[in-house]
Amino acid sequence: MSAAWRASLQRFLITGPPLVYLLLFFGIPTLIMVLASLRLPGEFGGLAPLWETGPSGTELNLSLESYGRFFSDSLYAWLFFKSFLYALVTAVACLLLAYPLALLIARSPGKRRDLLVLLVILPFWSNFLIRVYAWMIILGPESVLTRTLNALLAGLGIAPVELLFTPFAVLVGLVYVHLPFMVLPLFANLEKHDPALLDAAQDLGAGAWSRFWRVTFPLSLPGVYAGTALVFIPAFGIFAIPDLLGGTQGIMIGNVIKQQFLDTRDWPFGSVLSMVLTVGALALAGLAALFGRRTRV
Amino acid sequence: MALLEIRGVSRRFGDFLAVDDVSLSIEAGEFFCLLGPSGCGKTTLLRMVAGFDAPDGGAILLDGRDVAGIPPEKRDVHTVFQSYALFPHMTVAQNIAFPLTMAGVGAEASRRRVEEALDGVSLGGMSGRYPSELSGGQRQRVAVARALVDRPKLLLLDEPLAALDAKLKERMQLELITLQKEVGITFVYVTHDQQEALALSHRIAVMNRGRVEQMDEPSRLYGSPRNRFVADFIGTCNLLEGEVAAHSRDALELRLDGIGTVRSSPVEGQVERLVPGVRGVLALRPEKVAISREAPLPGHNRTTGKVFDFLYLGDVTIYVVELDSGVRVEAMLPNSAPGRAKFFEAGDSVHVGWLPEAGVFLTD
Amino acid sequence: MRKNSLWLPLAGFLVYVFLYAPLLIVVAFSFNDSRLNSQWVGFTLEWYRVLLHHEAMLQAAGNSLLIALVASAVSTVLGTMAGFAMYRFRLRVLPLLVLAPIAIPEILTGVSLLLFFVLLGMTLGMVSIILSHIAFCLGFVAIVVRSRLAGMDESLTEAARDLGATPWCAFRRVTLPLIMPGVVAGALMAFTLSIDDFVITFFTAGVGASTLPLQIYTMVKTSVTPEVNAISSLLMLLTLVLILVASKLSPSALRSGA
Ligand SMILES: Nc1ncnc2c1ncn2[C@@H]1O[C@H](COP(=O)(O)OP(=O)(O)O)[C@@H](O)[C@H]1O
Ligand SMILES: [Mg+2]
Repeated sequence: MSAAWRASLQRFLITGPPLVYLLLFFGIPTLIMVLASLRLPGEFGGLAPLWETGPSGTELNLSLESYGRFFSDSLYAWLFFKSFLYALVTAVACLLLAYPLALLIARSPGKRRDLLVLLVILPFWSNFLIRVYAWMIILGPESVLTRTLNALLAGLGIAPVELLFTPFAVLVGLVYVHLPFMVLPLFANLEKHDPALLDAAQDLGAGAWSRFWRVTFPLSLPGVYAGTALVFIPAFGIFAIPDLLGGTQGIMIGNVIKQQFLDTRDWPFGSVLSMVLTVGALALAGLAALFGRRTRV
Repeated sequence: MALLEIRGVSRRFGDFLAVDDVSLSIEAGEFFCLLGPSGCGKTTLLRMVAGFDAPDGGAILLDGRDVAGIPPEKRDVHTVFQSYALFPHMTVAQNIAFPLTMAGVGAEASRRRVEEALDGVSLGGMSGRYPSELSGGQRQRVAVARALVDRPKLLLLDEPLAALDAKLKERMQLELITLQKEVGITFVYVTHDQQEALALSHRIAVMNRGRVEQMDEPSRLYGSPRNRFVADFIGTCNLLEGEVAAHSRDALELRLDGIGTVRSSPVEGQVERLVPGVRGVLALRPEKVAISREAPLPGHNRTTGKVFDFLYLGDVTIYVVELDSGVRVEAMLPNSAPGRAKFFEAGDSVHVGWLPEAGVFLTD
Repeated sequence: MRKNSLWLPLAGFLVYVFLYAPLLIVVAFSFNDSRLNSQWVGFTLEWYRVLLHHEAMLQAAGNSLLIALVASAVSTVLGTMAGFAMYRFRLRVLPLLVLAPIAIPEILTGVSLLLFFVLLGMTLGMVSIILSHIAFCLGFVAIVVRSRLAGMDESLTEAARDLGATPWCAFRRVTLPLIMPGVVAGALMAFTLSIDDFVITFFTAGVGASTLPLQIYTMVKTSVTPEVNAISSLLMLLTLVLILVASKLSPSALRSGA
């Protein structure tokens, strides 16, 4: 039938180009990484040849050696756990900061609301490195903040502290960069709440506190899950923030991956770490989607 | 030859039969209604006529030509969508000019015809506005004008007045009737509102669960519903359960549950089928039921009961009478009729009566 | 009427201060007449002047602009197709491929593309950067376009067909004008994402080419130089202008996109 044939041609022409592009530049690279995690490191970094011709004929050069290394050295598990903790603290801090803001925006009248949303998005659009760099200035050893703090501490007889190149600096940077990802989904959710629900709750005798905990908050859970996922997942795998703000104590799994690929050049092991990170991120995304679906109102 | 002929058309979505073997034949110039509860398949049927969907079985013939495989833009049929589907980025004039542009009508002729069309729906002067700047009724008129401007053979309207308030709806109904008479184009009008269907159309097809239950003129649908669904769906109706007691060429006797034996008019050509013992319902319109304090005139079927409740509707009052057996019957009395000035109260004992030819005995 | 308690606006205000103070500090120090980012000394335009003669920086800026233009143009076309396809057809693979690069940490896309290009034997540089940028910008455009399409009344396209338009004509005259704000917003988003990208560029640039973010990274990493403040302020100004243009074109698309 020509109509059906034309319809499938049309579908092919529209779907084909982006599909092919993404397969080529996302699908295949991902598969290559899976394969690379099973290969051996090359003599001078990179990968050893996939086929090896030895006395016993040609062999496929695959092994689980790098996975073995990952699971036998608790340092890497510890790094993952540390990254997980960083991401968790970041998500919680973002939630605490974002919730009142999102609520404020959602309850503002129309025109002001648009402006307030724009004000949240605006810093998010400025260059990521600049936003991290700003904290290098603020937390730097000579900054007003550091000097004021140390003067105060000196008054109390406590030794001066460093702010930059510490886990604290990493957390501040993580929260700062990811905050909009929490505000926006929360706002999108809170905006849809029918104000009559709160009136009804009040009418039925609920005070401000119970109105929040029994009506607003439970209804906003899908937004909370979405925001948490949007903050947690990128924070988990980040490398630029610990790289710039963290010094030696503040490194996360992303830094080790970068190091394996660019400095040590142990690609199989870098791929193993990436695989673990991917699986972790996808599991978390799946979990968030699951929670989000269960609480769909 | 009918303008639109639908022959045994079916459409299934998965396991669900949305349109089930529907056959209709619609004449040129007719105002035809598809009436049925929501979800009965009206829109699905209409979309197949317009060409947005294809039947799984059967054929649709427009002017005697099978339209299978002809895309919507090549069919001489236009649709007024329930949402109106006015293009929000075009002015009223550009919206109405759209079908003319598609047909390659020149700019000058197009402008003239758009103006005529706007005047036709009394929207002159609105041509520069955007749909968002119009009221609901105005949008509806633009949608109709746009669909009529290039004179299609057939206009399909899918619940076009559903979004309007009651007063405006009534006015638009009158306008649509006038417009249809003026342009002489065949209208196929979909609605779930039985009053609207009765008011507008020459003929109505009542649909239920994908099937056409009955197709007739409004007065005949109302007066002689063919089955229980139609009787119940069109207007209100007492449906009194019972069975045939005796049936001959000139008399039908029924034994109604909780009422007893009553007389009804014989059903033509059904003498063989309606043998004693066959069960069914007597469909009796409330306005055909009389209630009074005194015994009704001879010739009526009669019984007695107590007024259970009543519903005052202004011009009429509907009384719910509970018979001694517990069966409830509704009676509608005009408030203006002489001798009816005095209302019954709940609890009053009354006589209930109706003429043998007032009801129809339905076995489906 | 509930009385508006004061703590909500106050908390909100403090969060806005947290969001903006760091950026304002960078801008302020870009005019500070001191090599140290520690205290205000006096006003100067010196660092902007230095910037004008900073060869590596200018070169990097040119590269960034070229990359962003090409990557946003291509990803807008492909992303619009993908968004339309995801809206129109029931697909399995495409939505996954569109969403996955957005959902997983950027570093993963970066290292897998690095492996891919190196194993292909490609020299890393402008081309590998552009190809990578298209891959991750495409998804963002697709999402914006699809959400715009989803907000559109389906019967509009049908009405166009009903009134005599061929499928292509209905797309060009009705669908495309209606999703245009989404397409433009998607394009602007792709442009900003590309010009700002650090992580993926970091892995796919090799030694061949530098971009503004890479240049800034190098400068920040090695020593604090006030030119960074100046270039940062200029970049913020550019983004601000783009944002204003975008919000003029389509406030809602901007919101749904972020
Ligand atoms: N594209 C579709 N896919 C699955 N089911 C459908 C589809 N279109 C309609 N239906 C089902 O077919 C039935 C009839 O729908 P419709 O024709 O829209 O009813 P009506 O217009 O009479 O309210 C409904 O139960 C509806 O859920
Ligand atoms: Mg319908």
